[in-house]
Amino acid sequence: MSAFVTVKGLTCVFDVSKPWLNRVLERRGKAFLTAVSDVDFQVEERTTYALVGESGSGKSTIGRMLVGLLRPSDGDVEIEGINLAREEDPAKVASVRAKIQMIFQDPYASLNPRWRVRDIITEPVLTQGGDLEGLAEKLLQQVGLHPSDAGKFPHEFSGGQRQRICIARALASQPRLIVCDEPTSALDVSVQAQVLNLMSDLKDELGLTYLLITHDLTVVRHMADRIGVLYLGRLVEEADPHSLFETPKHPYTQMLLDAAPRVDGFGREVPPPQGEIPDPINPPSGCTFHPRCPIATDICRRERPATRKVGNALVACHLAE
Amino acid sequence: MTDPVLSIRDLCVEIPTRTGVVKPVDGVSYDIAKGEILGVVGESGAGKSMAGNAIIGLLNRPAHISGGEIWLNGHRIDTLKGDRVRRLRGKEIGMVFQDPLTSLNPLLSIGDQLAETMMTHLPISRAEAHNRAIAALKEVGIPGAAERIGSYPHEFSGGMRQRVVIALALCAEPSLVIADEPTTALDVSVQAQIISLLKQLCRERGTAIMLITHDMGVIAEAADRVAVMYAGRLAELGPVRDVLTQPQHPYTHGLMASTPLAAQKQRRLHQIPGAMPRLDQMPEGCAFHPRCPHAQEKCRHAPLPATATAGGRAACWFPLLAEAAQ
Ligand SMILES: Nc1ncnc2c1ncn2[C@@H]1O[C@H](COP(=O)(O)OP(=O)(O)OP(=O)(O)O)[C@@H](O)[C@H]1O
Ligand SMILES: Nc1ncnc2c1ncn2[C@@H]1O[C@H](COP(=O)(O)OP(=O)(O)OP(=O)(O)O)[C@@H](O)[C@H]1O
Ligand SMILES: [Mg+2]
Ligand SMILES: [Mg+2]
Repeated sequence: MSAFVTVKGLTCVFDVSKPWLNRVLERRGKAFLTAVSDVDFQVEERTTYALVGESGSGKSTIGRMLVGLLRPSDGDVEIEGINLAREEDPAKVASVRAKIQMIFQDPYASLNPRWRVRDIITEPVLTQGGDLEGLAEKLLQQVGLHPSDAGKFPHEFSGGQRQRICIARALASQPRLIVCDEPTSALDVSVQAQVLNLMSDLKDELGLTYLLITHDLTVVRHMADRIGVLYLGRLVEEADPHSLFETPKHPYTQMLLDAAPRVDGFGREVPPPQGEIPDPINPPSGCTFHPRCPIATDICRRERPATRKVGNALVACHLAE
Repeated sequence: MTDPVLSIRDLCVEIPTRTGVVKPVDGVSYDIAKGEILGVVGESGAGKSMAGNAIIGLLNRPAHISGGEIWLNGHRIDTLKGDRVRRLRGKEIGMVFQDPLTSLNPLLSIGDQLAETMMTHLPISRAEAHNRAIAALKEVGIPGAAERIGSYPHEFSGGMRQRVVIALALCAEPSLVIADEPTTALDVSVQAQIISLLKQLCRERGTAIMLITHDMGVIAEAADRVAVMYAGRLAELGPVRDVLTQPQHPYTHGLMASTPLAAQKQRRLHQIPGAMPRLDQMPEGCAFHPRCPHAQEKCRHAPLPATATAGGRAACWFPLLAEAAQ
């Protein structure tokens, strides 16, 4: 197996300063929000890598940097050996970009209501000048819709069907990697099952690689081959699903797993996690999880933990064992 | 057994539309006892919110209650009009919605909102209300309640706001709280905090809670009993463990099977074929029959048995047996 995607030291800092005049009047400096901080991971070809974490942990920001919607402030994204930020040959960059597509959470907002399904699906190919004849019909069939649906408008479809249309559009340019940002979060369990099954089938049939972004741990466990857990823009733990769910190493991963409701958790009483995610503009010193961590000691307040191997996992924690 | 806090019988809601009258809630009956949490689940559009809104008297025109009865603490409330509904709503029924901002006034400090609500419904002075507001915020776990009482809604995080809404819903000491997707927009860790708070209030104050959600995990952990809705009707109603682990209605079974289970790695998820019918295209007989793997001739025509009279939990002519559901 070879790494299809290699992410190294990936960092994204947003300038969230107020306008210049306000800063002068209020005597404030510039403010920066580090949404993603020094993240490393690799995605093997034909596997699903899942990024989990709570709101604001930087999942979507990583996804957007991968597909090129956002420029990293620092670090590298390498896809099939081509470094997207440093590669000089624009043709090479374009050919890599064409192999990556993204699908979003909201199947309602991401489809233009005035376009017919055929035009929505073939749009990515249109800009690349490919062959459009019968393409929409073929893709619709591939995602389990009817070829005649090509002539309809998005409002004529249910949420699950719209997400299928989004998937068909993502498939149009024959991508190798699809970044799926909360693909089923807006859907019912019954519709979610259809979309997840479709994603698995397409992965097998077309040899796709997925970066799956979600906060739903049950979906992650069902789909992922490898999982990265993010907290405040940092990757705190990475492992295969079995190790992560059976023997979580990082106290944050343990907290997340304990807090997640379980379908077989009848009458389960666990003390809920303490505290909230801190303000990302002024994150805590050292390990950013230390204010909520039950085992934090002095060193956790002082030093950012390096990532190290503990059992089958990579963990950024001073104390994990 | 004591009387239930809430009791609805054959509740129907109708909406006149251009193409005819549709029934988003059609003959629903259930009770909620003191200190009990009733979970309400079902796919999007099943009528969960519509039933909740009908109980609170918050249906948007042209939707209206077209049949059935709603009883609260032994009083019939669906026949009340105007001002009396509003009073009852604030005093006896508390509400928590998915988006906390819909329940909070952005221009009033949270202390003032709590105090106003208490003074409207309880015979207490402003000073007393102020003290109780602090106590209410403490109770829902807002750190530094006394200092934060003058803060405005936008100064709180999403999870904190939802706590304030819960404090607001509870401050007039209602006997029933209707929580419609209270944690859907929140993170897992905050969700766990809010659910644990609701359970605690239910236990300590004996408040009856109706908890509407999509999340089977939340239902399993929080609810005592669960009502499964499908296309405006009650498909199954019973103790949460029984319904979730040994569903009798094929729809409940389908829902459970399509939920990815944390404990086991299934290769494929079960799919319920098709989709819930549109309200203006409701099939004859059992509304689920076009999607049901066990449907027989009777299901296509005969009107459904009511849950209670069928002698079981499920509104189904051929309920699944315990072994078959495995
Ligand atoms: N364009 C932007 N300008 C400033 N800050 C931003 C911008 N985009 C994202 N952020 C901030 O970066 C952080 C990470 O955001 P991101 O959207 O990646 O989180 P997420 O993990 O996808 O969360 P969610 O689960 O809510 O989608 C957040 O604190 C967010 O407020
Ligand atoms: N003004 C209206 N005219 C016609 N139908 C309506 C109107 N308002 C709501 N409906 C329908 O009523 C049904 C019940 O909606 P309701 O909001 O109760 O569903 P729900 O179970 O709460 O779903 P969700 O899980 O998405 O919140 C839906 O099918 C909806 O389309
Ligand atoms: Mg996101
Ligand atoms: Mg609803």
